Amino acid sequence: MKKFFLCIAATLLFSSVAAFGQNAQGNAENGHKIFLKNGCYSCHGYDGHGGVGAKLAPKPIAAVAFIAYVRHPAPGGMPTYSAKVMSDAELQDVWAYLRSIPEPPAVKDIPLLNQ
Amino acid sequence: MASEKTGRRGFLKGAAAGAALAAQAPIAAAQQVRVAAKPAPETTASGEKVEVLTNERPGADFMLEVIKSLGIEYATANPSSSCRGLHESMVNYGGNKNPELLTCCHEESSVAMGHGFAKIEGKPIISMVHGTVGTQHGAMAIYNAYCDRVPHIVILGNETDATARRSYVEWTHSAQDAASIIRDYTKWDDNPASLQHFAESMVRAYKIAMTPPMGPVAIIASGKLQEEPIEESNLRIPKLSMTIPPQGDAGAIAELAKLLVNAENPVIVAGRLARTPNGTKLLVELAETLQAPVNDQRNRMNFPTKHPLYGVGSIANADVILALEVEDIYMMTHRMSPLNRIGMGEPRRLAKENAKLISISCLDLFQRTNYQDFARYNEVDMAIAGDGEATLPSLIEACKKLITPDRRRALQERGAKLAEAHKKMEENNRQLASQGWDSSPLTTARVSAELWAQIKNEDWSLVGNDAFFSRWPTRLWNFDKHYQFIGGSGGEGVGYGAPAAVGAALANKKYGRLTINIQNDGDLNYAPGVLWTAVHHKIPMLNIMHNNRGYHQEVMFVTTMATRANRDPSRGGIGTKLIEPNIDYATMAKGYGMQGIGPITDPKDVAPAIRRALQIVKSGEPVMVDTVTQGR
Repeated sequence: MKKFFLCIAATLLFSSVAAFGQNAQGNAENGHKIFLKNGCYSCHGYDGHGGVGAKLAPKPIAAVAFIAYVRHPAPGGMPTYSAKVMSDAELQDVWAYLRSIPEPPAVKDIPLLNQ
Repeated sequence: MASEKTGRRGFLKGAAAGAALAAQAPIAAAQQVRVAAKPAPETTASGEKVEVLTNERPGADFMLEVIKSLGIEYATANPSSSCRGLHESMVNYGGNKNPELLTCCHEESSVAMGHGFAKIEGKPIISMVHGTVGTQHGAMAIYNAYCDRVPHIVILGNETDATARRSYVEWTHSAQDAASIIRDYTKWDDNPASLQHFAESMVRAYKIAMTPPMGPVAIIASGKLQEEPIEESNLRIPKLSMTIPPQGDAGAIAELAKLLVNAENPVIVAGRLARTPNGTKLLVELAETLQAPVNDQRNRMNFPTKHPLYGVGSIANADVILALEVEDIYMMTHRMSPLNRIGMGEPRRLAKENAKLISISCLDLFQRTNYQDFARYNEVDMAIAGDGEATLPSLIEACKKLITPDRRRALQERGAKLAEAHKKMEENNRQLASQGWDSSPLTTARVSAELWAQIKNEDWSLVGNDAFFSRWPTRLWNFDKHYQFIGGSGGEGVGYGAPAAVGAALANKKYGRLTINIQNDGDLNYAPGVLWTAVHHKIPMLNIMHNNRGYHQEVMFVTTMATRANRDPSRGGIGTKLIEPNIDYATMAKGYGMQGIGPITDPKDVAPAIRRALQIVKSGEPVMVDTVTQGR
């Protein structure tokens, strides 16, 4: 079962690289809209900081890996978003949005988290 | 009359002493109750004999004395004709004290208040519910109490005698078998035909409700029995003998101790274990004796959250797993997802196939049929029937006897590694809490941290479940006292949160504790009238709205269904969100007479709002702070 998913992830990884190339950036503003519209925020938080779902931002994983995971998430994890639901271009925009999210203050600089 | 009053005072004094002992020991004496005879006809000035239409000693007075004998502090009720006799006796004959009558706006609130009260105080109050309609309103809350194994007594008003029903309303509100609708999720019910029968059944009901596994019970109070003059003679209130909770079999405990002491990676999982503060202390002692990690399912305040052995047990690596009062052992050892439930994957077993799985639970002694709260069959290696808390002392003793100096050194080494893992878990929690720190809507971590900063030096009690708040209070606060956490609803019936919190705050009031309730928005909208009850009865509490503007779990579920069907996920908000208009909870609170602050959307405004709210709570009033939050 694991091998099956690894194969799929690898296939998608290569196809995504081919589709976007190394310099693909995406439109962060549009990505933000899609992130909210398609319910990504509901599990990952409005700023991708995590919640029920994993922390996505800041510093998201590489775009190709991100898109590959959304297409074929780990069993028992998040729901699959196929290309019929979100195109690769839209996912690239979402990734760009996640990449645009600034770092939160460091834990050491938040007195409330050092009580 | 004077001597009768003196007699009653003496009776009540005895009852109060008995109530104090109720949780630990049998109440010593039964009570003989004197009753006035039915008044004889009077003679008018003209010599005509007329029937006396007043009744200075209705049956409800005796019923109330029975209730008082059990040390019941409060009665919650939405007022009703079928309980009017008992209601009047309570406020006049009983002086509206022990029990004090609390006005509720819904039977679901009445019962859930009792649920919350019992989880703080360890004993039940009563709810008076009105015949068919009130029972149906209260049914959801009764089911929650049943699933949560919490004692509660429902007094169900019903006009049992068809010839005594005065109107069509009383026909529609009466039933032949009034408790049938709740019988599947109460431990016991009865329909007393006489006052003596009522006395015996009430005492029996209390005893059954308080015997682990605890749960709600129902006693039908016939309208006629409440309102007609007392005609029975030699009425007495039976002696209450509390059932001593059963301990697990000594031989099985000895075998379990061997397994635990020799295990390399034991994990203790605590479900509804700590019925009392002593349960928490005992679990700490067991964990420290074994240097074993404790995974607390947070249904009760089982284990201190800052203890180095808290929360670091790995089910996957465990060779021995001890489940203490765990309801759903299958879900403890397996992982499923919402998608799995619709056949898109196999449940994944987390525990090793050769891991020894042992349960100690009183649930093996009591199971019903229809409602499926018993979960999947518990496939364990040893099922020890007995109350978890009551069994812990013998298990601790058996373990201590087996630990050699060499073994103790090994256990201490394990404990040091677990302490290190706990430290890392705490660091990771702080790191995660910092994410989205300045976001709006507010992160649940930010709100939790802001709250903690201002309550940590108070004698606080969190009475709302933090499961929908990403458990940030559990992850950031130092819970180390039994009353600081009471778990969730049990049956996961939405609408429990607000009234249970008010009931718990009521129990906390006499101890002067600061009650905090993190209140889910969807939950409050079931029966918000309980806010008025809190104000009217001067129950201080700080309500923090988790206002994520939706039934957020359902937002996620519907979105998941849409993506699975390759359809539009953006429509997951239809039917699940509470927007357009946004609900203004501060204004809602004000409408019920409660001070309201917010809505708060800027993280910088949270601390001042909490500061102001705490001043209000300390003045003896409840308050609502509406924080607009992220989904979880």
